[in-house]
Amino acid sequence: MDSYDIPESTSSRLKDHFIGATPLQKRLESVRKLTSFVPPSPQRKIPQCSQLQEDVDPQKVAFLLHKQWTLYSLTPLYKFSYTNLREYSKFLSAFIVAEKQKGLAVEVGEDLNIKVIFSTLLGMKGTQRDPDAFLVQILSKSHLPSENREGKVLWTGWFCCIFGDNLLETVSEDFTCLPLFLANGAETNTALIGTWFQKTFDCHFSPLAINAFNLSWMAAMWTACRMDHYVATTEFLWSVPCGPQSLDIAYAIHSEDAKALWDSVHKAPGEVTQEEVDLFMDCLCSHFHRHFKIHLSATRLVRVSTSVASAHTNGKIKVSLNKSS
Amino acid sequence: MPREGATPRSKRSSLTSEQDDPARTCAVMSTQKRIKNSQTSRTSQHNNSYQTNLLAWKLNEDLSNPKSISKHGQNSPVEDSEQGDEQAEDALQIAVRYFEKGPFKTSRSKDNTLEKHLKTVESMAWKNGLAPEEIDILLNVALSGKFGSAVNSRILRCMIPATLISEDSVVKAVSWLCVGKCCGSTKVLFYRWLVAMFDFIDHKEKINLLYGFFFASLQDDTLCPYVCHFLYLLTKKENVKPFRVRKLLDLQAKMGRQPYLHALLSLYKFFVPTLISVSLPMKKIYFKNPENLWKTALVAVRQRNQEPSPEPLKLILGAATVRPSKRKWDSHSLIPVLHSNIQSKEYGKKGMSLSDYLSRNRAFSAEQLKSFPQLLQNIHCLELPSQMGAVLNNSLLLHYINCIRDESLLLRLYHWLSQTLQEECIWYKVNNYECEKEFTNFLDTIIKAECFLQEGFYSCEAFLYKSLPLWDGFCCRSQFLQLVSWFPFSSFSEVKPFIFDRLAQLFFTSTIYFKCSVLENLKELLQNWLLWLSMDIHMKTVTDSSLETTFSGSMQSVSELINYVGWLSINGLRLESNSTFLLHFVLDFYEKVCDIYMNYNLPLVVLFPPGIFYIALLSLDSSILNQLCYIMHRYRNNLTAAKKNELILKKKSEFIFSSKTCQEYNRYLTAMVGCLWTSKPFQKGSYFDPEVFKVIGIAKYKTSLNLVHHPALLSYAISFLLKEYPEERRVNVSSIRGKKWNEYLDYLFSEGLQGLKLFIRSSIRHSSVP
Repeated sequence: MDSYDIPESTSSRLKDHFIGATPLQKRLESVRKLTSFVPPSPQRKIPQCSQLQEDVDPQKVAFLLHKQWTLYSLTPLYKFSYTNLREYSKFLSAFIVAEKQKGLAVEVGEDLNIKVIFSTLLGMKGTQRDPDAFLVQILSKSHLPSENREGKVLWTGWFCCIFGDNLLETVSEDFTCLPLFLANGAETNTALIGTWFQKTFDCHFSPLAINAFNLSWMAAMWTACRMDHYVATTEFLWSVPCGPQSLDIAYAIHSEDAKALWDSVHKAPGEVTQEEVDLFMDCLCSHFHRHFKIHLSATRLVRVSTSVASAHTNGKIKVSLNKSS
Repeated sequence: MPREGATPRSKRSSLTSEQDDPARTCAVMSTQKRIKNSQTSRTSQHNNSYQTNLLAWKLNEDLSNPKSISKHGQNSPVEDSEQGDEQAEDALQIAVRYFEKGPFKTSRSKDNTLEKHLKTVESMAWKNGLAPEEIDILLNVALSGKFGSAVNSRILRCMIPATLISEDSVVKAVSWLCVGKCCGSTKVLFYRWLVAMFDFIDHKEKINLLYGFFFASLQDDTLCPYVCHFLYLLTKKENVKPFRVRKLLDLQAKMGRQPYLHALLSLYKFFVPTLISVSLPMKKIYFKNPENLWKTALVAVRQRNQEPSPEPLKLILGAATVRPSKRKWDSHSLIPVLHSNIQSKEYGKKGMSLSDYLSRNRAFSAEQLKSFPQLLQNIHCLELPSQMGAVLNNSLLLHYINCIRDESLLLRLYHWLSQTLQEECIWYKVNNYECEKEFTNFLDTIIKAECFLQEGFYSCEAFLYKSLPLWDGFCCRSQFLQLVSWFPFSSFSEVKPFIFDRLAQLFFTSTIYFKCSVLENLKELLQNWLLWLSMDIHMKTVTDSSLETTFSGSMQSVSELINYVGWLSINGLRLESNSTFLLHFVLDFYEKVCDIYMNYNLPLVVLFPPGIFYIALLSLDSSILNQLCYIMHRYRNNLTAAKKNELILKKKSEFIFSSKTCQEYNRYLTAMVGCLWTSKPFQKGSYFDPEVFKVIGIAKYKTSLNLVHHPALLSYAISFLLKEYPEERRVNVSSIRGKKWNEYLDYLFSEGLQGLKLFIRSSIRHSSVP
């Protein structure tokens, strides 16, 4: 009498009724799927040809490299339109000036000493369905009217969506889904601009942390990149959870060695599996244990840095080099 | 920049602000909100009634009522010096009354008392600020010229509000300026005061109506700079008129290129660029800082106005934290402040100038919305907030989103709420008390909105999926379980692995109090589902076949929920060694279950499992037995009603009750009657083997469970007998039979065992007195 069983028959019928076609319900469905017990992404395919290679503006991509970006996740933008970028520039710059120069008159148009530029970043997408990424730049304008009106860049941020297929399904047409926001510049500026976006497009920014699981995936995939020459060693930072002050363990190996290790664990080209990533990290940890008798598996991976890119668990990433082949 | 444009005045009003205080511009608003909060929290104590209580929302209209504000303001000063404050306050009252009545003729004592009262007012004003009424009276005094200009100037200098200044006081004061009773320096001081206190004036509509008067005052050379500054704060687009532009240009020609005139002109140009063709030099500072007189006081007022939300800025935690924390970007609360949305319709329309865009006032903005009738009148042209999250704090807008079925509106709320819940959820963060308090308040607001709407939010459902596996069962327990009780109706078997299985794990491993609150909230959940379903049935009158199947699916889902709670209860009771306390919560749940057919008009009767029935029947607690009797009585009513209905409709629904349900009920009934009434317990067909009694050594088991000997009722039997023979040392409870049995029954009923009464009246024929 106290064993609890439920008949399985009705659930699918109900599902048809309750999980209708509205985006909201689709969204819930996907949340359920995500929380089910299947481990997340046991294997990932490496896309052979991304949109980036097709129609990219090399100047703009170069602009995104070698900068440290703070990651935020972003809810879909409501009533955002790519045709209004010029207006957005105007409104955002007026907003920034108003906020920064409290106590002074608000002027719109010519007389600002900053300039805001919205522009699309073509090619920054995974599939054709992904909405275009766009870039927001804040430039300081020199007071001299003659040359060099485009002053130095004070702040940069960009919004993108890469392989957002399952997210896009759940968003209706009033929304633009650009779930990743990357900012470079003073945090006060990020806050200011974020506030404007939140108020204008009813979206919400939240800081995006990268957990140790994803960091090890990044480490593996970046190590896998074939480089003509390696400019930096591959570095890992592990944090030992002990109080009052945490203890960090830095682990650096030659990038060539790391690559060799990865090649030895990696099997099928074009596809990376969870086992391979685990094995790669386990090898690194057991090597460390052999020398220092410290189990790194008991600590937490907080930073990964390779010749290609580096990432920190607090949501800061930096892409250093283009993949050269 | 919609925000900026929508309220250019509030932005510019912070013109002379020197510290970078983001809260400053909304200081006035936050006070109002605070008062609203205190009122709504009062109403929210009666949780059940407040969704229907429209009057409660009417209260919003009284926000600007100076009395409520002054009371509020007076409450805020520090508590420990209360005694002294009270005396000081009395002195202040006397002083204010003195000024109100005017100076007396006897000149010598006059000076002393005047000085004394002035000092009182000054010290109180600088310490705690003055209430709106006091400011009203004293402004009147200062500008009416009753006293000399030195006194007037001293009074004006201490016109520091506790929280707000009423608009009417300002209007009254301005009216004195026309009479010409006060001298130039007082006027100058008054305008400086107006500029400094602009943010603290509760409304500006009436003041704006006097725009023409202020504008005319520009002609006074000494007043001109100050009036300019005041107009700079006050000007709206509709105030900009060609004749005023001409006048300003004339003034400029007369007085030279004064920065203050430039300021006003550039503002006019900003609003109506076509009217002014002259080029204006770009200057950074237009006005001299007029605030210096009141600088410290202003800081104090601002602090007072913000007091109840002492949320220190969150610091960025070190690398040890799992999640980086974001400092609050724009607001002090998690829930965005209400601002009307301008962008949705016209933002970015080509060819629309910024000033057109600023001056739109065709639609009814959400900020203006103060009462339910207003909502009804403007429902067609209501401008929604730019951040949908703001509706959580506004019941009128909750009404609105409840009746507007706009998917994108709900999606906006969904996205915001999901992400905010995820971001703020404290068990994703390093333990932090501050965060916990904030998060708890946030959850409370959500739950309040859910109660109000009588509907759960989808975001909360998604949040529960994600966060329940990580919940420790302790953090924000009450809030979290309430979120569970507002879980939207869905297929039970589908959500079971995400919600109910995980809840069961926590249930079995936590304390009895946790178990009780889980059962309590599952009862709420059942009730919410039943209400939802019963509403649903009434809306769908058509019975086509597809609806029929989904409907039976819904019933299946409810019965699965009930069975699940039954399973939890049995095992919980076993773990807690049949605790009476827990059993009460279990029976409370079944009190809801037994009445589904009659109360919710849903064709479903689910009985409790024997494991609960027998524990309740054999309980040592009379209230448990009473509750059991009541439930059995209600089951009987529901079953007979269902059976009658079935006969009428001549159609058998699989869910009403199978013959099995009826048999089961009859078995329970026989067992109960056998125990309590006929003293023939546990005959054939019951789950109970009478042999057990022999094993535990009770020989006379047959009578030992009747109404007299039942362990839960024995004490009643004894006190019944003692009532008759108070002197008796030894009573024989077996003597209660025959006529006395009936008297004993009446006695039991009079002792409050109403459930027992209902049960016996309905289930036992009276001829069968043992």
